[in-house]
Amino acid sequence: MFFDSDLLMSALRALTPILLAALGGALCERAGVFNIGLEGMMLMGCFTSVATSWFTGSAWLGVLAAALAAAAYSLILAVGAVTLRGDAVVLGIAMNLLAVGLTSFLLRTVFGVQGTFDDPSLAGLPLVGGFTPLAYLAFVTVAVAAVMLSRSVWGLRLRGVGEAPDAAATLGVSPAKYKYAAVLISGVLCGLAGAQLALGNVTLFSENMTAGRGWIAVVAVMLGRAAPVGVLLAALLFGLAEAAGFRLQGVGLPQQATDAAPYVVTLVALFLSTARRRRRTANSPSGATT
Amino acid sequence: MTHTQIPRISGVLRSPVTFSVLAGLVIGALFLVGTGADPITAYGAVLTGSLGADGIGSTLSTGTSVLGVALALAIPLRAGLINLGGDGQMVLGGITAAVTGLYSPLPAPLTVVLALLAGMAAGAAYAALAALCENRLGVPLLVSSLLLSYPAVSLASYLARYPLKEPGSSLPQTRAMPDGVALPAFGDSTVTIGLVLVVLAAAAYWFTDKRTAFGYEIRMTGLNSRFAAYAGVERRGLTLKLMSVSGALAGLVGAIGVLSFPYRFVDGSLTAPGYTWTGLTAALLAAAAPLGTVVASFFFAVLAVGGLAMERTTEVPRELTQVLQAIVIVFLAARLRFPSGWFRRRPRKSSQESPQEIGAA
Repeated sequence: MFFDSDLLMSALRALTPILLAALGGALCERAGVFNIGLEGMMLMGCFTSVATSWFTGSAWLGVLAAALAAAAYSLILAVGAVTLRGDAVVLGIAMNLLAVGLTSFLLRTVFGVQGTFDDPSLAGLPLVGGFTPLAYLAFVTVAVAAVMLSRSVWGLRLRGVGEAPDAAATLGVSPAKYKYAAVLISGVLCGLAGAQLALGNVTLFSENMTAGRGWIAVVAVMLGRAAPVGVLLAALLFGLAEAAGFRLQGVGLPQQATDAAPYVVTLVALFLSTARRRRRTANSPSGATT
Repeated sequence: MTHTQIPRISGVLRSPVTFSVLAGLVIGALFLVGTGADPITAYGAVLTGSLGADGIGSTLSTGTSVLGVALALAIPLRAGLINLGGDGQMVLGGITAAVTGLYSPLPAPLTVVLALLAGMAAGAAYAALAALCENRLGVPLLVSSLLLSYPAVSLASYLARYPLKEPGSSLPQTRAMPDGVALPAFGDSTVTIGLVLVVLAAAAYWFTDKRTAFGYEIRMTGLNSRFAAYAGVERRGLTLKLMSVSGALAGLVGAIGVLSFPYRFVDGSLTAPGYTWTGLTAALLAAAAPLGTVVASFFFAVLAVGGLAMERTTEVPRELTQVLQAIVIVFLAARLRFPSGWFRRRPRKSSQESPQEIGAA
């Protein structure tokens, strides 16, 4: 059997970091900040969680430190894009680049190794029913984010800030405050995603170990139209593609084919969803004017 | 700075580029002090290691790739289009050039030309595919170019490791090019005619940008795409053309890499040095202006090669230079629109407006 519970389990494991990061990205999108620094924030989380876990012996302190460090790192985007009105795209690209350089630099200065830091005594996250607690947290976050965005005053104001900042400001809502909050929360979530990647699925840090997952999360935000449940479905798609890739490798396909699978699947899904959306707008009466 | 007694100096200081580079160097110095190294010794080692007799050849051959990719990414960036698929386009160019070089029945000099052209065509076609994804399917270029890059890199890696692998070698590389299928090198250095090709490309870009109507359309689109559209610039066509040129240049860099030492396609040799990101950084630093892109590329090639020398002298990891690059761009991006009153800036003529529009799309 190709599709069995094992495949679903590994898909769920693969989707956790993507989902956490993408939820952060979705929140930013709703607040009107385009955040493509997810990859870099995740990578900072990976390194901080491993370093902290190593020095304190506690994976949980590692998780906490990762969340704090990635939130601090996300301030670059908040200050740069919101306060100084810089270019969010360029900032995000620079943040991703900075994270790769900084974590590789720290890997060598702190641990004196190049490439990968891997030690048997490094504390990883415990598994509960085959998943780390962070995986359960990710699903809880989907529900919380969905309710917050659609029901709470805070969520409605956040969306208002993203859709009509001037109107929000006129009503006495400070757009900057909400944007900062969204970016910082995305930092926390990316930190958790990084911790999951480095202390959950495996227990090690290697250079550039996010390997494009942050970008996949950006795409998941687009695919899911920045709605928590939509993002969940998009992340599930990616998780399935990654898990199916591993399975195919077992059947004898070269590793390169399976490496590429998640990106190809994501791209195809993006085509289909945008094509469908376009057709719908073309058919709707309002579509004629756009 | 209250009066403009020394207007030229204050003018230079006000330039966000100068500010960002200086701020990057200062923060880099703090890092160096933090690791117990002397910043002056370290920066000195960067300069002597990259510009000294031993390093200049290496700087120029690294610079060939960095400038090539930087130009490739600068040309669409001038119109506000960000091509993140440099890795894929470059690698496809490289592997296509390798196949052409290995199997072409033509005499060696013609094979070299054919391999260069084939590499450019492959890169151009792949970049055009990303443009079509935006034009026809509505996937933002930023995303389509990046996502397309991964399967291309995987494909080239597969080809170099299995069907085209050098028999008996333990390395993931193709066979060496036949005798004579190589770009002529200057003396016994690793600097090849490829540098001349890339500089010619830069000159062509400069000419197009400054002197032609097409260059004006590109800049106008970068400054204000809605106005440009109103004035009759057809955005889809422009995207397709610019991406094709961009991909052709990235493919050229890949082909040059294969036709220079070690005269074969080695898996990872084009992607591992991070030319795409360094090139994009250079293009962003220069706001995609032709001459600025050349200067910024040289600056980053110096950093990359000098970083190795710094590592030998001070034992500070060379990754510091990558940190420096990124910090420069962070400052530059954040300073783009400082609150008025901090510095009075001259109105700038560059493509800074546009990337945000891509972000919004």
